[in-house]
Amino acid sequence: MESILNLISEHREMIYFVLLSVFVGIEVIGGVPTVLHTPLMSGANAIHGVVIVGAIYVMLNVDPTDYLALALGFLAVLLGTLNVVGGFVVTDRMLEMFKKK
Amino acid sequence: MKSALLELSYLIGSVTFIVGLKMMGNPKSARKGNLLGAAGMTLAILGTIFLFEKKTEDGAIVADHVVPGIIYALIFGAIILGTIVGWLTAKKVQMTKMPELVSMFNGMGGACAALIGLMEYQHNLHHTGALATIIAGMVIGTVSFSGSIIAYLKLNGTMKQPIRLPQYNIINTIVMAGVVLFGAWVVMTAPSMTFLYLLFAVAIVYGILFTVPIGGADMPVVISLLNSFTGLAAAFGGFLYDNKIMLTGGILVGSAGTLLTLVMCKAMNRPLSNVIFGAFGGGDAAAGSSSVSGSIKDINVSDTAVLMNYSKKVVIVPGYGLAVAQAQHVIHELETILEERGVQVKYAIHPVAGRMPGHMNVLLAESNVSYDKLVEMEDINPEFSSTDVVLVVGANDVVNPAAHNDPSSPIYGMPILDVENASHIIVNKRSMNAGYAGIENELFFNPKTSMLFGDAKDVLTKLVAEIKSL
Repeated sequence: MESILNLISEHREMIYFVLLSVFVGIEVIGGVPTVLHTPLMSGANAIHGVVIVGAIYVMLNVDPTDYLALALGFLAVLLGTLNVVGGFVVTDRMLEMFKKK
Repeated sequence: MKSALLELSYLIGSVTFIVGLKMMGNPKSARKGNLLGAAGMTLAILGTIFLFEKKTEDGAIVADHVVPGIIYALIFGAIILGTIVGWLTAKKVQMTKMPELVSMFNGMGGACAALIGLMEYQHNLHHTGALATIIAGMVIGTVSFSGSIIAYLKLNGTMKQPIRLPQYNIINTIVMAGVVLFGAWVVMTAPSMTFLYLLFAVAIVYGILFTVPIGGADMPVVISLLNSFTGLAAAFGGFLYDNKIMLTGGILVGSAGTLLTLVMCKAMNRPLSNVIFGAFGGGDAAAGSSSVSGSIKDINVSDTAVLMNYSKKVVIVPGYGLAVAQAQHVIHELETILEERGVQVKYAIHPVAGRMPGHMNVLLAESNVSYDKLVEMEDINPEFSSTDVVLVVGANDVVNPAAHNDPSSPIYGMPILDVENASHIIVNKRSMNAGYAGIENELFFNPKTSMLFGDAKDVLTKLVAEIKSL
């Protein structure tokens, strides 16, 4: 019990951060018309591409003689880029169609 | 100085994600919202590369550290290659293929998170906390990756039938428990890399098992769910590096994606558990309602043209068949010519028509159909009683009255478009095949219904020509 309490107090800021982010996520989606669900899902899909930041960070710390790590890192950055660029472009194409005629 | 600037770029990036996502909830600001998010993402990526500072294990900055050129070359190479491929794929894909593309990109993000886990494992063998976030992120990312690939294959038609092992629910639950226990064991004992690869493989298998039994009609829900999984995997990366933008982006998508998943389930009036564990689109559930019988009535193009030309109000119900036949442009032509003749035309949009919620809106918007002509289900349903002709194009389950009056039907309870209240119903279909849910539709046997068989694009093109000649 005490260890759990300690854990909570040690990571207090992080816990607040996570909780508030969860509520922001719920609030942001609430009340969105059905017509926008597909673009919204696609837009959210692009945003989780932020995982590429982690891939770049790993890559910057890789030992340049570790070829396996270099290869995996290259692949991770490539996949992350596909997620980000493809995600935003596809969303833009969907939304382009909603513009006022 | 550098690290303060980096934090600032992450802060700005996080704000653009939140504001951008919020703006995407309104048709007027949606496009700007998406671009705002993209700008924030670009800032965060550039910041990560150019404001990088090497840190020791206890967080102190290593002065004068130079990142080897090969690493920069690989990073930029990957980004340039990914940008070109991603951009071209996204630009070239047909509107009807959007859902599977979203699924594919989602899988890429999941795989990226999984690879980060594979690479970070060996550097964190002595920190149980870090190991736990690495393993959690890797497993969730991997499940999202393999699940998304299966969803992609299902949506593009490569994998048509749901595959169900005998007792698949029990098998899946056991495999899931196995993945969780195996993961926990890896965190506790920090074994060699071989076991990490093994865990990776088991997670891939679980992602496949999780997705294969689910029918194609439920894929949007699954993609949305896997989308929030990838968000969660990104958030675990944020925990690992104490990286605020990965945390905000990841959690935002995780919670928003979960809510979106539940909203979609609600639109189909089915609990999420039913989508994941229930049988839909075949198997035992569909057998309940195959007793529909009676005679169907054909109608030809010229009769349809006359009927529609002399109506006051026509409501078009588009479905996936419209998308498959690429008939979105010609249906707009039909709408225009009818309006010129003084017929009021509206589109009735069921929330799950097509393969994704809002799929029909996107498709029709592509062919310049005005946004205010697309009427959502709740608003159009009371209008059917004053409608002369309903034209159902390639839709089936969303107009199936079994949802109202057959408790044994798998779609029982799903809100549908009440087209039966209109004076005439014309259904355009290629054949009498059942819809995605694999069940008969008694609407086709309704005395008010006439069937207009043929490919949607062909039939509608002929219909437009016929009306023009009247």
